[in-house]
Parts: sequence; C-alpha cells; structure tokens
Amino acid sequence: MISNRKPETGSFFQRDRLWHPPAYAPGYKTTVLRSPKYAYLSLDNTISEITGPVFGHSVLGELDNDLIHNFAKPGESAIGERIIVHGRVLDERGIGVGGALLEFWQANAGGRYRHQKELYMAPLDPNFGGCGRTITDENGYYTFRTVRPGAYPWPNGPNDWRPAHIHFSVFGHGFAQRLITQMYFEGDPMIPHCPIVRTINDQKAIEMLVAALDMSATIPMDARAYKFDIVLRGRRSTMFENRKEGN
Amino acid sequence: MIQSLNRLKETPSQTAGPYVHIGCVPNFSGIAGVYPEDLGGAMVNDKTRGERITVRGKVIDGSGTPLRDALLEIWQADADGLYNSPSEMRGTADPNFTGWGRSPTDMQTGEYVFRTIKPGKVPFRDGRPMAPHITFWIVARGINIGLQTRMYFGDEAEANEADPILSRIEHRVRVPTLIAPREGDTYTFDIHLQGDRETIFFDI
Repeated sequence: MISNRKPETGSFFQRDRLWHPPAYAPGYKTTVLRSPKYAYLSLDNTISEITGPVFGHSVLGELDNDLIHNFAKPGESAIGERIIVHGRVLDERGIGVGGALLEFWQANAGGRYRHQKELYMAPLDPNFGGCGRTITDENGYYTFRTVRPGAYPWPNGPNDWRPAHIHFSVFGHGFAQRLITQMYFEGDPMIPHCPIVRTINDQKAIEMLVAALDMSATIPMDARAYKFDIVLRGRRSTMFENRKEGN
Repeated sequence: MIQSLNRLKETPSQTAGPYVHIGCVPNFSGIAGVYPEDLGGAMVNDKTRGERITVRGKVIDGSGTPLRDALLEIWQADADGLYNSPSEMRGTADPNFTGWGRSPTDMQTGEYVFRTIKPGKVPFRDGRPMAPHITFWIVARGINIGLQTRMYFGDEAEANEADPILSRIEHRVRVPTLIAPREGDTYTFDIHLQGDRETIFFDI
C-alpha cells in the first residue's frame, strides 16, 4: 500500500442487483444453464468480506501496462490503432481507491484472441499477447497503453458480434468489492446490438461502461486516449459496529 | 426538495467471458513471457503455519456438465484466524500465507485445485466464532456477475452446527451444499450453479 490513509473496516454498501445484470438473461444464451434459480442468501458483511488481498507494486513488471510492447519482439510493436486507456478507480462515495490491482485482456486489432479455444479466422498478431495489469496510485489513477481491439463474431445468435471491448478485472481493498467488467468505446454502433451489453437493463448503467474519447490526454502524433473510470462499492463507517444482533 | 445523497453508482458487472485466462492466468492460457508466473497459484510456502490441505472440485451447470472455462478465487484466514489484509485489525496474519488463491478449471476435466491450509475461526459481527470457512468467488462465460459462496469443512460438524451463517439458512436441506467432505488431506467442493443440488450463493 502506498497510501498512508488508515485502512477502513466498515461493511460495503449493498449491491444494487437491479443495476447489475441479472444472472438469467436468455438473450445471452450461455446464462440459461449457468444462472442460479434459487434466491441468493442476503447477509451483512463479516470480516471475511470486508478484508481482501492487496497487491504491492513488486508484482508488476516494467511493461505490464504496455500491451503494445509486452509481448512484442525487441524493436517491434503490435499492429493497430495505438491508444491510451486511463482513468480512476473510485468508490461509491467518490473516494479514489489507491493500490487497486487492475488486470485487462482483449483481442488484437482484428478481433482475434490469443487463446487455444479461439477459432476465428482473423490472424494472430505475432507481437500482441493481449494481457496487461497495473496498480492505481494513491489517488486511484491508472493508465495503460494498447491497440484498439477489433469487433469479434461469436456463436450466440446466428450473426452476433461483440463491440470492440477490453475486459477489466478489479480488486479493491475488500473481497466483496471484487469486480469483472468490460469497457466499450464511445460511438461504437455495435454496442446497442450486443446481447452481453443488453444483459444490463438500465441504459445509464450501460453508459458507465462506455469510455469517452479523451483528446486532452491524446499524445499528438503517437496515440489517442480514452478515459474509463471504474466505481467500486463504498463502505459504511465503523462507528456503530460490533453490536449484538437485534440491538 | 432535499439534498442529494450524491453517491456514485457501482460500475456494472459483465461476464468474464471464455478467455478470462488471457488476463488472469496468461501462463495457463499459453501466453508465456509476459508475467513470470500467474497470480494466486502459490498460496503457501515452506514456512507457512497450519495444516496443509487440498481443496478441489468442479463447477457444474444446470445440465450436469462441468464448466471447463471457469475461474475461481478464494479468500481465507490463516491458521490462527487472521486475514492477510490491511483491514485486519486483530493482529498480524502469517506473512508466509497469502490467504488468496486463484484457479482456472481444467480445460479438459473441469476440475479446479487449491493447495492451501485449513483456516482458523474468525468472529461473526457480534463476536461469536464462525466455523472455519473459505470464501469463494466464481466467474465464467455465461455468469454475468461473480457468484459468491462459502465452503465449510466436513470434519467440523460441531463448529458448523454453531455457525451463525449456516444456522440462519431456512431451507436446512440446502445446508450440505456448502459443506465439503474430507478424504485424507483433500476436501471436495463441487459447486452446482443451478438445479436441485444448487449451491447456496450469497448477496453479501
């Protein structure tokens, strides 16, 4: 941890399960057999959920946040539209989450993933792996460099294509904050067609996943920039904790 | 009019998709040379205190088919019941135990494996001890938001009986879905996503 802010021990605000996508969303066919049918058991957090792993910068390699170069041969780089993705990790109170590990993965510029189960005919880029990671600074800021991923067909409906997207895995400070999501790109006409985007019922929630073109962070003659902020669950204070149940 | 509470909304979840391995366990997925090793693969070392155990199992869909593209993470206390987290205020956890592990399910068999230690008891909110348990988080293609559950230990019947969370479960017939039987040093914890044997998942 690089912050000298005192660690917090309060419970996280409850999740708004109507804001998140439901488990069962039949437009996305794989959810049909992978969604629980029983209701979840609701509980306030215990110490098992308010604590969580925190990762030090020592896990990071020099090129971990540079997908253009972290898989490339010396002197070469990935093919595609060079972009910077940056933003902040905040919690629901608007407080920056420092020391948060972010992992990201994506297809290459042609929409091809480097994965043995992937059969799409678009070719691999020999200089692009597709994985990266970073840790937010004490104010919650992060940045990485990559190429803009291509749209990609998938066997759901007979003619379904994913919008260009980057997957994000986010750790906060407590295991109950654990989140995986996807970032989309401003202006992509594929977004409203996508059955995975459409598992989310609230248009405002979908908008939270669409990164804005950020010309102010764009580096002239080098790379365009997109800004993507991520919000994790906030926490209650601890001032009324440790009372017997029912009091 | 009244003041706005002014809270931000949480970023909505999306599925991890079938290629979650690329980002979370790239060496497992065949992408070598980017990270020296996959995070969460080694929870213990030679100096870790506590009883070495293996936790393994499958994640099974509503047709009875094991998921071969799931990713599981666990979070647990050390042998003395302390979490290796800055938010742990009761003491300092074993520095040789991460408390956090990550395992993909095998692409052929669907099995996940964690090599860990048996955790000690940690307190419930009112101070009563909870039975030893491991917190699970499961993501995969077709899972829109990570599923949260707990594994309890089959050889801790007495503690399980007194556990404040297990004892709150109304449908007693479902309690065994959270309890992993022991054989030798191995606990088997199969997670059923859907159907008659559906595992209890938490909104926590």
